[in-house]
Amino acid sequence: MRLGRFHGGLHLDDHKAESTGEPIRTLPPGRLFVLPLHQHIGHDAEPLVRVGDHVGKGRPVAQPHGDISAAIHAPTSGTVVAIEDRPVPHPSGLPARCIVIEADGDDRWADGLPAPVADASALSAPELLALIRDAGIVGLGGAAFPTAAKLRTDKNSIDTLVVNGAECEPWISCDDMLMREQADGIVSGIGVVQRLLQPRQTLIGIEDNKPQAIDAMRRAVALAGLDDTEVVVIPTLYPSGGERQLIKILTDKEVPSGGLPLQIGIVCQNVGTLFAIHEAVVEGKPLIERIVTVTGDGVRQPRNLRVRIGTPVSEVVAAAGGYAPGVAELLVGGPMMGIALASDEPPIVKASNCILASTPAMLRRHDARPCIRCGECVSVCPARLLPQQLYWYARARDYDKAEDYHLFDCIECGCCDHVCPSHIPLVQYYRHAKGEIRQLRHEKEKADRARIRHQLREERLAREKAERAAKLAAKKAALEKKKAAKAGGDDPKKAAIQAALERAKARKAELAKQRSTTGEKNETP
Amino acid sequence: MRQVLLALLPGIAVAVGYFGWGLLVNLWLATLLAVAFEAAVLALRKRPIRPVIGDWSAVVTAWLLVLALPPLAPWWLVTIGVFFAIVVAKQLYGGLGFNPFNPAMVGYVVLLIAFPAAMTSWLAPATIAEVQLGLAETLRVVFLGEFPPGLGWDAVTAATPLDAVRSGLRQGQTISQIHETLTFGLLAGEGWEWISLAFGAGGLWLLYRGVIGWQVPVALLATLALLATVFSLYDPEYYSSPLYHLLGGGAMLGAFFIATDPVSGSTTPTGRLIFGIGVGGLTFVIRSWGGYPDAIAFAVLLMNMAAPTIDEYTRPRVYGEPK
Repeated sequence: MRLGRFHGGLHLDDHKAESTGEPIRTLPPGRLFVLPLHQHIGHDAEPLVRVGDHVGKGRPVAQPHGDISAAIHAPTSGTVVAIEDRPVPHPSGLPARCIVIEADGDDRWADGLPAPVADASALSAPELLALIRDAGIVGLGGAAFPTAAKLRTDKNSIDTLVVNGAECEPWISCDDMLMREQADGIVSGIGVVQRLLQPRQTLIGIEDNKPQAIDAMRRAVALAGLDDTEVVVIPTLYPSGGERQLIKILTDKEVPSGGLPLQIGIVCQNVGTLFAIHEAVVEGKPLIERIVTVTGDGVRQPRNLRVRIGTPVSEVVAAAGGYAPGVAELLVGGPMMGIALASDEPPIVKASNCILASTPAMLRRHDARPCIRCGECVSVCPARLLPQQLYWYARARDYDKAEDYHLFDCIECGCCDHVCPSHIPLVQYYRHAKGEIRQLRHEKEKADRARIRHQLREERLAREKAERAAKLAAKKAALEKKKAAKAGGDDPKKAAIQAALERAKARKAELAKQRSTTGEKNETP
Repeated sequence: MRQVLLALLPGIAVAVGYFGWGLLVNLWLATLLAVAFEAAVLALRKRPIRPVIGDWSAVVTAWLLVLALPPLAPWWLVTIGVFFAIVVAKQLYGGLGFNPFNPAMVGYVVLLIAFPAAMTSWLAPATIAEVQLGLAETLRVVFLGEFPPGLGWDAVTAATPLDAVRSGLRQGQTISQIHETLTFGLLAGEGWEWISLAFGAGGLWLLYRGVIGWQVPVALLATLALLATVFSLYDPEYYSSPLYHLLGGGAMLGAFFIATDPVSGSTTPTGRLIFGIGVGGLTFVIRSWGGYPDAIAFAVLLMNMAAPTIDEYTRPRVYGEPK
């Protein structure tokens, strides 16, 4: 089939061989597990447990909050020892709320988990979505978008299901190994998603530097007898595995700027996510583990490990032979998009596809020089942006202009960073600008709401004032009416007073008469 | 930056061969002055000096300025030019990356307007010169203004080919008549053609190394050649041939080394094409109908002014934007 191309991109040394020499090894569960409540795009999960609760393996310990959210499950059996802030792998380096579980050593499955399903095709779409949501599955390619939300869509609106087996970032090989060893499981997951979306075609994109994975997936697809499903080999070019770029390559269509692939009838899923879907639906296992590549010149035995979510990075590194001498930096993710870690204390989360221990030889550390507008960044940007202009506007805090120049279309791939002759950390500027803009939007929203509330309050006060004035006017009018009635002479009160006065007068006259007849002086009337 | 200096060497070597030691003396002088001025301003601005000097951009500016000056330019001319280029046009705007105008061209234009006589006192190329000065004599002329006995400015100066063409046309001569005079060589101007070709070779090397993009040189030279072709076909006795325009004067140096300055030029690929077309077009216009024999400097500065606008209107279509 004719492949599309995206603009720019870089040919990088792929460094995959370092970690693909051995099969995936399963890391046995350790003693302590730290589960951040925010391991996905969307709202934090809400804890379902309290400190002191004992949980079985696979028991949900946090539930999704809202549509764009995901559940979190206990990776092993044990006791919840804390729900508190702990270091997490985030670019800010700030800690976040985590559920901390101490393992009891039994590693026993909890009761009440869904049973394995012999024939997934017997389940309806809502049932499948419920299983996926309950299993806490999120995109395992790195973005961690809640999968149930992504797959909840009208049938007949999906033309193509894109399966992302590209794995374009250097050093990372977890998807490669998963495809080599678990192709049947991945294909089973594809089958589930096909039942949900009923796409016209399914395209599995794999870069050409993974011949064994390509073979394995081809065999698995043939074995499963899936219709309109094809493995498509694509040229190795970073960042072909970016969702928008992969879609362009496989379908020659572009996802609208600021929009979603859904708008052009495409859904993209990573092979790891599809395998997790298979485990959830067919095996009844929630998402409690993933494949992590531990690699770099800074570890002694680079390899791929099957790791429980929540395992501290230190344990994962230890399982790769520990640090090699000269290790300088620890990254979660790859060399282009990874996050630097301040220590190996944070845990592996659902989005952690790789731990990269780098040495000074691997790093390029130079002081940033001024931007000379050479335009190298323009020639490599896969989103066809003008990174140098974004840089100048981000620096000047001219956020309107930065947005106008499509700052939010930046996928933060790091190509511009990589080629900049002045060694400017461009992606950091864009992340900062995006954060600032989001903060400003949030504050504007709050200000708008406050303004509306204030307006309504002003209106209410004016209304109450008017009501009071009306009441007062009515009272006054009634009083006026009374006065007018009094002047007319038929006021009952006045008549009574008049009668009493006349009675008193009459009695006085009588008394006076009596006094005059008896001749005695009466002092009191 | 250092690659730019390397790429200039062939042209410099040929120029020294044709025009003598003055060029080398002034290159040294300008380099020292440029670095000294930049260091002084950085000290005043309380900025670190070594990283800035270490980027060699001041040296590039100095060399480009000297290559635009007459070979026997006196020391004070060089000093004032370097001052305006480095201190005013570059550092006062904030240093490398912040200057809206090409610093070397600013220096050149200031000198041209302030000291027109000194700026137009070019030498005759060695192959046809009656007098050639040695190194010691050159040093005396540059720093002391003293010529060897019996010689003066009149004896050594000669018009550049572009200058000869312009003044000849003003006097009513035709192109063919002008070309019969001594200053015309094989293709363009005696000596000049080889200097231009040498700069062109250096420029092509920079292109090959990826130091400069192809848009500006190709657009500039193509526009110049196209306009020259059209007009010289229309009236060959009044308009010089395309070869003459490309190889005479500063067209090659301008196309590959001056108009390609990324900081002051356009920064988008399409914008660079427009920038190059603009410089080429303006060069032809000023050379043919303007007040100065060579026009690259003015053309570049005028397009520098237009660069931000060009950038705003040549933004590429972003991924996902409707076509």
